[in-house]
Amino acid sequence: MPDQLIFAMEVTFNGLLNGVMYALVALGFVLIFKASGIFNYAQGVMALFAAMTLVGIQEGRVPFAHLINAMFGTHVHEFGWEVPALLAILLTVLVMVAFAYLVQRFVFRHLVGQEPIILFMATIGLAYFLEGVSDLMWGSEIRNLDVGLPQGINDWIDSTTFEALGYGFFIDNLDIAAAVIAAILVMSLIAYSQYTKNGRAMRAVADDHQAALSVGISLNYVWILVWSLAGMVALVAGVMWGSKSGVQFSLSLIALKALPVLMLGGFTSIPGAIVGGLIIGVGEALFEFAVGPLIGGATENWFAYVLALVFLVFRPQGLFGEKIIERV
Amino acid sequence: MKKLTMLALTSAMVAGTPAMADLVFPSLSYRTGPYAAGGIPFADGYADYFTLLNQRDGGIGGVMTRVPECETAYDTERGVECYESTRGEGALVYQPLSTGITYQLIPRTTADGIPMHTMGYGRTSAANGDVFSHTFNYPANYWDAASVIINQLLEENDGSLEGKTIALLYHNSAYGREPIRTLQTLSEQYGFTLTEIAVDHPGQEQGNQWLQIRRERPDYVVMWGWGVMNQVAVQEAINTRYPMENFIGNWWAGADHDVEQAGAAAAGYRSLNMNRLGDMPVFDAIREHVVDAGLAAGDGSNIGNVLYTRGVYAAFLAAEAARTAQELHGTADIDAAMMRDGMEALVIDAATMEAAGMPGIGPEFSVSCEDHGGTGMAIMQQWDGEQWVTLTDFIAPDDSVTQPLVEEDSAQYAAENGIEPQCADS
Repeated sequence: MPDQLIFAMEVTFNGLLNGVMYALVALGFVLIFKASGIFNYAQGVMALFAAMTLVGIQEGRVPFAHLINAMFGTHVHEFGWEVPALLAILLTVLVMVAFAYLVQRFVFRHLVGQEPIILFMATIGLAYFLEGVSDLMWGSEIRNLDVGLPQGINDWIDSTTFEALGYGFFIDNLDIAAAVIAAILVMSLIAYSQYTKNGRAMRAVADDHQAALSVGISLNYVWILVWSLAGMVALVAGVMWGSKSGVQFSLSLIALKALPVLMLGGFTSIPGAIVGGLIIGVGEALFEFAVGPLIGGATENWFAYVLALVFLVFRPQGLFGEKIIERV
Repeated sequence: MKKLTMLALTSAMVAGTPAMADLVFPSLSYRTGPYAAGGIPFADGYADYFTLLNQRDGGIGGVMTRVPECETAYDTERGVECYESTRGEGALVYQPLSTGITYQLIPRTTADGIPMHTMGYGRTSAANGDVFSHTFNYPANYWDAASVIINQLLEENDGSLEGKTIALLYHNSAYGREPIRTLQTLSEQYGFTLTEIAVDHPGQEQGNQWLQIRRERPDYVVMWGWGVMNQVAVQEAINTRYPMENFIGNWWAGADHDVEQAGAAAAGYRSLNMNRLGDMPVFDAIREHVVDAGLAAGDGSNIGNVLYTRGVYAAFLAAEAARTAQELHGTADIDAAMMRDGMEALVIDAATMEAAGMPGIGPEFSVSCEDHGGTGMAIMQQWDGEQWVTLTDFIAPDDSVTQPLVEEDSAQYAAENGIEPQCADS
């Protein structure tokens, strides 16, 4: 087999796994958009906030330490204990649920019935506010994240492909873990929405707000639920991305990778987010491999959008989005 | 009662207004945004050193210093806004800590007569003071850094890099592209193959770039990174099992936080540093006079780390230039024009560094009208899994390679902007 073909196969596999990471971020957008029609610009910052909170709890850091010290002249920074990863994750989930409640109670409850653009603007404000709160609460320094996820080359794949093709493929164990976790997450979300009372309420709200209200479903409750789920998805995305780079501000920028995925997969489909992520992941990786070296490289960011735009031209609602029917 | 109220208001206004004689060193810092992790320790070091001078020595030459901070978030537009909003405060010198902001400020600071110090970053050809009258980039610049790395590799390879391959992994920005020209020239001169691999801002994703490195297995990977790009690159190098001792960053890719996430697995990774590391008397003084007095810019935890030390070094160079300006002009109350003269007459020798409590922190150098760039020397440091350790003494760049490039680029800038050589009479 020609070397270039073998390399392209390796790039394709890695692209698929990168796509899963993008899909993880896109999932949070889809959950909220599907249930409330809100395009949540703050999803990336939620990933940052969730990961920062996780590390802060794990390391026993005092939240708002700088503020407390500035106000009271104290010098407190840490509680002096460390929290096990699993307990820290559970506590972070609670924080994200509290965040969902506050967002619903103080922002979106007052904006019911407003135009989608107003709701979108509110999420922009929310993103910057949360960014500031995150800084104030945990600081801007890079935090090391370790929740016991495996990292590094997968030796089994390396040796197996080497024996078969004469070239060992590089697949990162973290990417494999992300794929497994994403699969569990998606299956859990689907099962939750299909087989639980809350899930059915979520689907009802997603289908028709007015009809759901008329049968006694609380819109506020469902939206808090959805924002909580999006917060948990943000936590998973933050952990996955943060394991590679440490937890820092740039985590919030991963939302930019979700946009082409949403354009491609549609804003209302969980399978769409997954398939969209995979197509974007493979597409940008192969383009960078084949064309990147000829035009200076670093094509991933813009090519993902080109790919999404091409799909948009032919299918504006995305691959899995609901068909747009306008009746006159 | 009314009189008392007026008196209190007037007193408050006087107290709130900076004294005219303050020596103002604005800090265009970034404590937020994707590059905050690097911006915070540098800004802390810069501010703390001036606070130390105020607390311990009563300022510089008896005049107190002031460091107004303005947050740029490493954003060029905000950096320019910060410059505009602080230059009227009697700013003596600017240190934007961003190549993008530097490029925008070069014409503005020149027109306003305010010097700018871009220590180890910014426009490399600003080393030519004949053209760039108000921009200084001592003690070293990017092209020096590229040359120093190649000189070190020559040393390790018995003087020959013939047939070797070197990959440049660079931040796809004005900053990251700076060394390309020098490395291309050096590759022709020494016969190594140069592969340029770009990483887009902010650098969170480098999977494809490291697959390419894994396929091509260059003998060395040289990195021009900043921010998250550094941490991800180090992790990817570990993941792909690239030999860490052959992976070398420039001086903006060798901070503590760049390798701490990877920890022991990153052992062997090397980087340049324009200043020496280690515990120095100046840090004890900062702890005593600044941190313990509750006046530190941060919580004190960054003291002694790579970028904090560099911030202290930058402040030291600015303070010494101000001192030189005071001596030159016979007045303690200097303005920006005098500060520029002080920077151009700056001499940093061993005794000056020793007296400041930072013996041997940098190379000895002097600045002149023609030479705003210093010696260009840098040390090589290595991460041992727990901390950075100094590997070499200060290594000199190859001026015969960098100087013609500086002259060519600055001549082009002079032609484009109608600048006449300013050092003819000196």
